[in-house]
Amino acid sequence: MERETISVTVNGRAYERAVEPRRLLSDFLREDLRLTGTHVGCEHGVCGSCTVMMDGVTARSCLTFAVMADGAEIETIEGLGSVEAMHPVQQAFWEKHGLQCGFCTPGMLMTAVELLKANPDPSVDDIRDAISGNLCRCTGYQTIVESIQYAAKLMREDGP
Amino acid sequence: MKPARFRYLRAASVNDALQALAENPDAQILAGGQSLIAMMNLRLVKPACLIDINRISNIGYIDEDGDGVAIGALARHNDVKHSPLIRERCPLLTEAYESIAHHTVRNRGTLGGNLCHADPSSETPAVMVATGATLMLQSLRGQREVGAEDFFLGTYETARRQDEMLTEIRLPGRRTDGWAFAEISNRHGDFAIAVIATTLRIEDGRCEAARVVASGVGEHAARLEPAEEALIGGPIDDARLDAAAAAAAGAVDPHSDSHADAAYRRDAIAALTRRTVRRAAARCD
Repeated sequence: MERETISVTVNGRAYERAVEPRRLLSDFLREDLRLTGTHVGCEHGVCGSCTVMMDGVTARSCLTFAVMADGAEIETIEGLGSVEAMHPVQQAFWEKHGLQCGFCTPGMLMTAVELLKANPDPSVDDIRDAISGNLCRCTGYQTIVESIQYAAKLMREDGP
Repeated sequence: MKPARFRYLRAASVNDALQALAENPDAQILAGGQSLIAMMNLRLVKPACLIDINRISNIGYIDEDGDGVAIGALARHNDVKHSPLIRERCPLLTEAYESIAHHTVRNRGTLGGNLCHADPSSETPAVMVATGATLMLQSLRGQREVGAEDFFLGTYETARRQDEMLTEIRLPGRRTDGWAFAEISNRHGDFAIAVIATTLRIEDGRCEAARVVASGVGEHAARLEPAEEALIGGPIDDARLDAAAAAAAGAVDPHSDSHADAAYRRDAIAALTRRTVRRAAARCD
């Protein structure tokens, strides 16, 4: 079986692995690197659960082959924060009940982080537009929108 | 599901890609992959070989081209969407991008890939036809230009030959034309149920030229000539709007699916024609 050797930095740590060209980045992260925080919902780019950062912008990891990420810097939900030191977006989702089953949450958080980097004070419409590519079947989105608004507030207060 | 196996080739230059296309008649180009990989995951397509063009430098440009714009093969949707040059010279495309995909998909997806994919419900082909864009196709045999109207041939089918790569999209300058884009979809950013892209030229209160282009209601984006004829030759008044809307609805033969039936799509085309013509007329200089 033909394999390609790729070097990828994930959450600041460098990895070198041989992968089949058809290996999706989502499967590479979950199965080869055992980083199972990135979730795979629909596997055809509709649900947004598998969203990760690739070279600083969000990407659907199910619509990216791992070979395409050769040399790239990937950030996943595992790199965002820890239970002891949560990222403000994680803190906000916790406090405002921005999740129920938690399946869409990694994608929602990565998308929210990208939004807040570009727009520290988003309107409700901005938030709804930003998460329009992420499906949640539990919350009705209301508490997710509130969480992102609250995260923006935390990050503004926390900022330099 | 997972994609079927394929050979993976990485092109370092356009020439590299053209060489690989010539040597591998079973190959497809991999640009952003936002449609292709989804279809591969569903095993709707199983290309035996992919030529990854993402490493080719200097083909993601958006440049002035006379009074128009030249867009390189790898220009990402978000770059095109937010380009001030395109907003100034081809505002119809900027307006269309309000309805195209979601932010994350636009980070990776390319305009060139989207056009070559030729999804029947895609927005960008309608804009290309409405503005009279030219597509540059290159192969080891040489380069040729194809007008957008001649490029889209059917569902997922274009005039691009197997060994050719779409290397550049040329949009003409706007001059005095009015423009408008409107779409109906189930969810903002989703596949379109119906799309109309309209350009108009009005001189001394008289409509001199019109393009009314539909997408989502046939095999590919296409001009609705009866609607255009109903507009040309006089002022854009209520009578002409009514005639154009009726002509547009009569000119399409839409399909039914789980999102909308044919009758709904036909009504949508009439409504979108009315909306876009009215808005385009107000925007004529």
